[in-house]
Amino acid sequence: MADQLLDAKGLNCPLPILKAKKQLATMGNGQTLEILATDPGAVKDFEAFCRTTGNKLAEHSQDGSVYRFVIERVA
Amino acid sequence: MAEADLPNGKSMSIIITKGTLDWAYPPFILATTAAAMDVKVTMFFTFYGLGLLKKNLKLSVTTLGNSAMEMPMMGGHMKMPNMMSMLPGMTGLTSSMMKKLIKKKGVASIEELREAAELSDVRLIACQMTMDLFGYKPEQMVDGLEYAGAATYMETALKSDINLYI
Repeated sequence: MADQLLDAKGLNCPLPILKAKKQLATMGNGQTLEILATDPGAVKDFEAFCRTTGNKLAEHSQDGSVYRFVIERVA
Repeated sequence: MAEADLPNGKSMSIIITKGTLDWAYPPFILATTAAAMDVKVTMFFTFYGLGLLKKNLKLSVTTLGNSAMEMPMMGGHMKMPNMMSMLPGMTGLTSSMMKKLIKKKGVASIEELREAAELSDVRLIACQMTMDLFGYKPEQMVDGLEYAGAATYMETALKSDINLYI
């Protein structure tokens, strides 16, 4: 179970990333954020976001048209 | 935020020269996303791009000179002939169609992206020469702008990892 949840379903690029960043910024090191999104571009984008910012993409799954990501805040 | 605070230490500058609804998207999407990825971003607004910093935005998109423009219509996609832009009210129509589409598809408005840029400490520079040329007053513009010119841009660009001209 993640520490916080972000429902970004129905939002298009770059809103899921912007909202995730905003929420991660309020969280402590090691805490996890679960993100739900429907933008297919979010899959590649959250991978790139995590590689660039150093946050950890702990989980990634898909349930129908909904993508689920769990990001662990690092630094 | 000071550059030293950003983990990846990268920076980007963008020159924005166009002020229509369609041309407003790429710079604001890239700037806000870069800022979310801990990149220090500077946006330099000049000529028609400067209008994107006005408090009240009335952005439009036209078919004129935009022959690639397609709009969803009657279940398909229709090319918008250049000629249509001559009809009275056509730019208003294409603009409102585009804005409806933007909302329906969950795409951010330019106002939202601009606010996100402001909140994520993107440095916004208004070209002073263009302010004078077009007779814009600082009270018409959003708060928190720097008013400067080409040398200020160059100083930033020379130190940036990415420099874009849009």
